[in-house]
Amino acid sequence: MSTLTAPARTITPIPTARLVHVEARKSFDTRSGFWLIASIGILATLATAAVILFAPDSEVDFEAFASAIGFPMAIVLPMVAILSVTSEWSQRTGLTSYTLVPHRGRVLRAKAIVAGIVGVVSMVLALGIGGLGNVVGSAINGTDLVWNISAQEFALIVLGNLIGMAVGFMLGVLIRNSPGAIVAYFVYSLVLPTVTLVLGETQKWFADKQAWIDFNFAQGPLFEGSVSGQQWAQLAVTGAVWLVLPLTIGIWAVLRSEVK
Amino acid sequence: MIQVENLTKKYGAFTAVDDVSFTARSGRVTGFLGPNGAGKSTTMRIMVGLTPTDSGTATIAGRSFADLPNPGLEVGVLLDASAQHAGRTGREILTVAALTMGLPKRRVDEMLDRVSLTPTEAGRRVRNYSLGMRQRLGIATALLGDPEVLILDEPANGLDPAGIRWMRDLLRGYADQGGTVLLSSHLLHEIEVIADDLVVIGQGRIVADGTKAELLASAGTLVRTRVVDDLATALTASGLNPVLSGATGGSDVLRVDADPEVVGKVAHEAGIPLVELRAADGAGLEEMFLELTSDTQREGNS
Repeated sequence: MSTLTAPARTITPIPTARLVHVEARKSFDTRSGFWLIASIGILATLATAAVILFAPDSEVDFEAFASAIGFPMAIVLPMVAILSVTSEWSQRTGLTSYTLVPHRGRVLRAKAIVAGIVGVVSMVLALGIGGLGNVVGSAINGTDLVWNISAQEFALIVLGNLIGMAVGFMLGVLIRNSPGAIVAYFVYSLVLPTVTLVLGETQKWFADKQAWIDFNFAQGPLFEGSVSGQQWAQLAVTGAVWLVLPLTIGIWAVLRSEVK
Repeated sequence: MIQVENLTKKYGAFTAVDDVSFTARSGRVTGFLGPNGAGKSTTMRIMVGLTPTDSGTATIAGRSFADLPNPGLEVGVLLDASAQHAGRTGREILTVAALTMGLPKRRVDEMLDRVSLTPTEAGRRVRNYSLGMRQRLGIATALLGDPEVLILDEPANGLDPAGIRWMRDLLRGYADQGGTVLLSSHLLHEIEVIADDLVVIGQGRIVADGTKAELLASAGTLVRTRVVDDLATALTASGLNPVLSGATGGSDVLRVDADPEVVGKVAHEAGIPLVELRAADGAGLEEMFLELTSDTQREGNS
């Protein structure tokens, strides 16, 4: 052991930037992690190709590409967020991770930062692929180039996807099991909206209040290009109940729970 | 140095760790011995902050684990060699750990070399590792930061005899240079050959604690005879307390808490022929350990 013969080392705390680097690496360094993130680019390209091939000429505009790419993104990105948290428990890597860094809050924060970066970079990448598709598509079809997504609209869509990732992160810390959290995400984002849709169509009292109760419903305006003051308020209220509250409980549980 | 004071951990009505206190000193290998389910792993997880404790403290060189600024450089920990992402390569697992601790990449190669994992093996995914290879990788992770304290839970599990000897030499060398080594095992013989000090735990409580020499010395006499019942009667009549020695595996051996000379005299006076008479040399420890084990054995063949 060289520590006893070499001059004493000064040990400094692990900086957050290093933790972010480590977590980013952990997102890519397994086959499953790599292909999950690679699938963002692959699916965006496939969706773009599909629009060029199958969409009616009159509808080949930037928005068509954006919505075609947006759907797979809205599913894959939250998975990235879920797995970054749950694999520590499902694969039991937490035994090492939380021993090397015995501050679970710091590790979670690094994971959240990585998820955010992956989200924004993926969206910008998707924008580029969609833009390229728009240029190529218009040229092939001989239609005019239509750039009908503004910077503001794009920013809102990015926000919408980041909220989706936050929901994944929330379910990850709350459930701490990969299959469980993934299933929960699909219930949360696909089954629940169907239930509330039916409820809204059959129960008038619910339809009146839906935007104040239903988080998925309140996110709708983000993908429609503009959000009114009232809609921001609805997003904030439903987000507090459906996202911030369970996220707080989940983080508390991660800090307290036993890593086995 | 590791200091554990009055640790208690309950799961509902079940007390997994019950007022556990002991010290693992520097320059020594401390064996943490107990049957499966005795509370060894829970105690070790509490030490490194993975399991919250109900009461008590565990400190490493005077500080709690959570207060260490970069724990990997001060405490090498191996709790479960199989707790790794099956899809990462051995090299990648070490690289991630080195990155976390802020160590240069060459340290990874040094450690792979030290635990005798070849570059080809290191490039394979852990999914394809044998338990022995996982243990070597886990030990490499623990040694990576060149720490002064090692906490290893069942590190010899899955190692072949050559591997166990290698680990024994490695830990011996570590302690000889002033390091603190705490390792657990459920096998007495495994720990007997490595440890300087022993801490024995059963059903969450410390049942014996001391240097190996002390614990092995206080063991009395073993006496073998064809007429066990007669000898037992004669010894009891002389105020001694003979017990059948389960540790030796025979039904013709008694263990007595007395010098061999005393036991020989009693047998001589009673005219009982002996087959064997000797100092027990740790048989007492082994018996105590067997008793602990039999309490938790499902077969109930105690």
